[in-house]
Amino acid sequence: MAKILLEMKNITKTFPGVKALDNVNLQVEEGEIHALVGENGAGKSTLMNVLSGIYPYGTYEGNIVYNGEICQFSKIKDSEEKGIVIIHQELALVPYMTIGENMFLGNERGHKFALNWNETYGRADELLRTVGLKESSRTLIKDIGVGKQQLVEIAKALAKNAKLLILDEPTASLNESDSKALLDLLLKFKEQGMTSIIISHKLNEISYVADKITVIRDGSTIETLDKKKDDISEDRIIKGMVGRDLTDRFPKRPEQKIGDVMMEIEDWNVYHPLYTERKVVDNVSINVRKGEVVGISGLMGAGRTELAMSVFGRSYGTNISGTVKIKGKEVQLHSVKAAIENGLAYVTEDRKGNGLILSNPIKINTTLANLKEVSKHTVIDKDKEYEVAVEYKEKLRTKCPTVEQNVGNLSGGNQQKVLLAKWMFSDPDILILDEPTRGIDVGAKYEIYCIINQLVAEGKSVIMISSELPEVLGMCDRIYIMNEGRMVGELSGKEATQELIMSHIIKSGRKEA
Amino acid sequence: MDKTKALDIVKKYTMIIVLILVTAFFTWKTGGKILLPQNVSNLIAQNAYVFVLATGMLLCILTGGNIDLSVGSIVCFVGAIGATLMENHGMNVYAAIFVMVLVGLLIGAWQGFWIAYVHVPPFITTLSGMLVFRGLSNVVLQGMTVSLKSETFIKLFGGGADCYVPDLFGVEGFNMTCMLVGVAACAIYVIIQLKNRITRARKGYEMENLGGMIAKTVAICAVVLLFTLRLAQYRGIPTALIWVMVVVLLYGYITSNTTIGRYFYAVGGNEKATKLSGINTKNVYFLAYLNMGLLSALAGMLTIARMTSAQPTYGQSYEMDAIGSCFIGGASAYGGTGTVPGVIVGAVLMGVINLGMSIMGVDANYQKVVKGLVLLAAVIFDVVSKKGGRD
Repeated sequence: MAKILLEMKNITKTFPGVKALDNVNLQVEEGEIHALVGENGAGKSTLMNVLSGIYPYGTYEGNIVYNGEICQFSKIKDSEEKGIVIIHQELALVPYMTIGENMFLGNERGHKFALNWNETYGRADELLRTVGLKESSRTLIKDIGVGKQQLVEIAKALAKNAKLLILDEPTASLNESDSKALLDLLLKFKEQGMTSIIISHKLNEISYVADKITVIRDGSTIETLDKKKDDISEDRIIKGMVGRDLTDRFPKRPEQKIGDVMMEIEDWNVYHPLYTERKVVDNVSINVRKGEVVGISGLMGAGRTELAMSVFGRSYGTNISGTVKIKGKEVQLHSVKAAIENGLAYVTEDRKGNGLILSNPIKINTTLANLKEVSKHTVIDKDKEYEVAVEYKEKLRTKCPTVEQNVGNLSGGNQQKVLLAKWMFSDPDILILDEPTRGIDVGAKYEIYCIINQLVAEGKSVIMISSELPEVLGMCDRIYIMNEGRMVGELSGKEATQELIMSHIIKSGRKEA
Repeated sequence: MDKTKALDIVKKYTMIIVLILVTAFFTWKTGGKILLPQNVSNLIAQNAYVFVLATGMLLCILTGGNIDLSVGSIVCFVGAIGATLMENHGMNVYAAIFVMVLVGLLIGAWQGFWIAYVHVPPFITTLSGMLVFRGLSNVVLQGMTVSLKSETFIKLFGGGADCYVPDLFGVEGFNMTCMLVGVAACAIYVIIQLKNRITRARKGYEMENLGGMIAKTVAICAVVLLFTLRLAQYRGIPTALIWVMVVVLLYGYITSNTTIGRYFYAVGGNEKATKLSGINTKNVYFLAYLNMGLLSALAGMLTIARMTSAQPTYGQSYEMDAIGSCFIGGASAYGGTGTVPGVIVGAVLMGVINLGMSIMGVDANYQKVVKGLVLLAAVIFDVVSKKGGRD
């Protein structure tokens, strides 16, 4: 029996009006990778915030026993001194500082008034090698990709002499190969005796790395599964998370007739807005038919979002060339307004940054892209606006007390529904959904899939950009595969498999080399 | 549950509660002098420019906490041009007004162009404007005071000795017109409220609870009636109040009920999302500053009429009064939130503090200190009260 490194006993945490955690227990053995799973809002992040001292001792009930002693952390520094380091979902790196400066931010080398830069960069370089990065620690953060930034975060944690590493959704913004690299790194650390707690929605990753899995639902611990003893298949975990068997993760779409070509994009080229000689989208041609769900699969940075945004009113890139035909007629989409008027809608992957106004209520977000529908001579009919918002709230089953609620207070899944409502209300013929289920829980995903099915049943066309292969395979009639700005394959939904898609991507990469 | 509800109400109406407390404090300290009819009347006449400028400033702040530092200088410059044209060049009053409005719009367009289409930060653009138009005012006036003699102009913009709307009834010592306007305003307000409620009830929408609504309506009517009563006991409605009401009602309507008003909030809330919703965000910035130029011109006219002269020093620190009113009135320093009624409460609060301290005979330098601290306190309260919720 290995030593218990951390035990959280009967943790209860209440926020005004809400019990976020209710008697939660968690036991982590030394040297294991322990996964924490649960739907959004189940209380995983809250639990980790209690552990790391973000919610100081006294604001919660229960005990934290770490390394045999009861801990009373009043701030993050206290827990870090003990070797408990948390890496948050949102990267906490300063873009215009070097890797080294970031790694030792708040933990500087040398004297307070005389920093030792040689030691800083020397140690930083050492740690970068440990996590498998070849960059110099004097590189600016903004110049490296998200995947590498996540590794820098881990190196930063190591710089604090971490013994217990907590990763909150570490792979949320990473592509498959970067995710794999990160998970392998965790396995390597495990061999060296590091203990980790990982929070993730990606169940295949959890099955891959975790020794034990604790399921949290509605603020309480449901069960802890042990890899050695229990079944830890994805279906089994999902059952624990939602409290029921999810027999089918993708709703069946009634066999339906796919119509004529709705939109064609031909010979599309886009250059990077800052580095104008870099081609981001290279001679891409795609089409989508009426009533069809077309997937665009590929790794992060393949140019999929760039393709979508450049088509949608030239919202991205410079030096754009190519033609767009809608219903066989060539159209000029020079502004977002023109794109919307031609029946196009782009549902962004970045709902907080590019999609929603978090400080505004649901009803205002719902009508923003189509205000003329609820106004007359620029005067808004507020009653009509309210009606529209309620109609879509009910249609999409958005969970909220009223449509006056600010969007910022909703969970990720419900925010996504508001975003979908906004674009459905603009009455498009073609919807481009960019990572429509990113960062939302299994139940909400299912509902989003149902909405997509409903949209195509109404005769709309859907282009779905997604990094999650099972989702692309489960939902799409036809799949395009993109890599490094080029279209490298097209498969029908029936013939496509994960292996086939990955092999297209890898082969195209080799050709390059 | 009741406790959190009470807390919510306190949060929602903080500034009104503060206003009441501050007024009560000064009533006590000045032995009731601050509520004398003459002082209530002066409060409006003296602060008319604040209401006008603060309304314009709100639109700038909504777009993302952007402020306009140049308004004080524009007020002075527009006033200087108007006074010089009317007095030294004998221009017709209405032609002069037209020129002043035009100058205001041109300045607004000038600054708006750089801010919206060239992306010069508003702070820098308007700081430049602050210097440029202050300097130009001096040039236009040649460093001297031009006194204003045109009766028509002065009366129109509420200056001079006779700056009140004439009474139609002629009751001795009591302005009946003013009182009737107050009663009519209350009646209209009640009718609009009832009409809204009836439509909402008919369509089955969510309604605010009846008690709350009645309390609110009664409170608002009481304030309006008391206010007009005080004015009536003095000399009636100050002409400047008409201008203030026009601006406040018009912009109150625009910000809450029109698509363009909605765009100001949207840009401040999330510019990228607004852009991707097919809205031309550049035009929104341009409009905010164009409009600020227009309202600065109006404030300029009110100022020279009130002072019956134009001087190169007029309008100094007006921008601070306007910015202060917005933030005290609950506009967010990051943009996206704030309302015209809120700004009015902020401006009245500033006015009451000014007036109260003047009556008490507090040294002008200490008045500045107090105003500065009130502004900080308002924003601190705003920041702290917003924190309380879940992370």
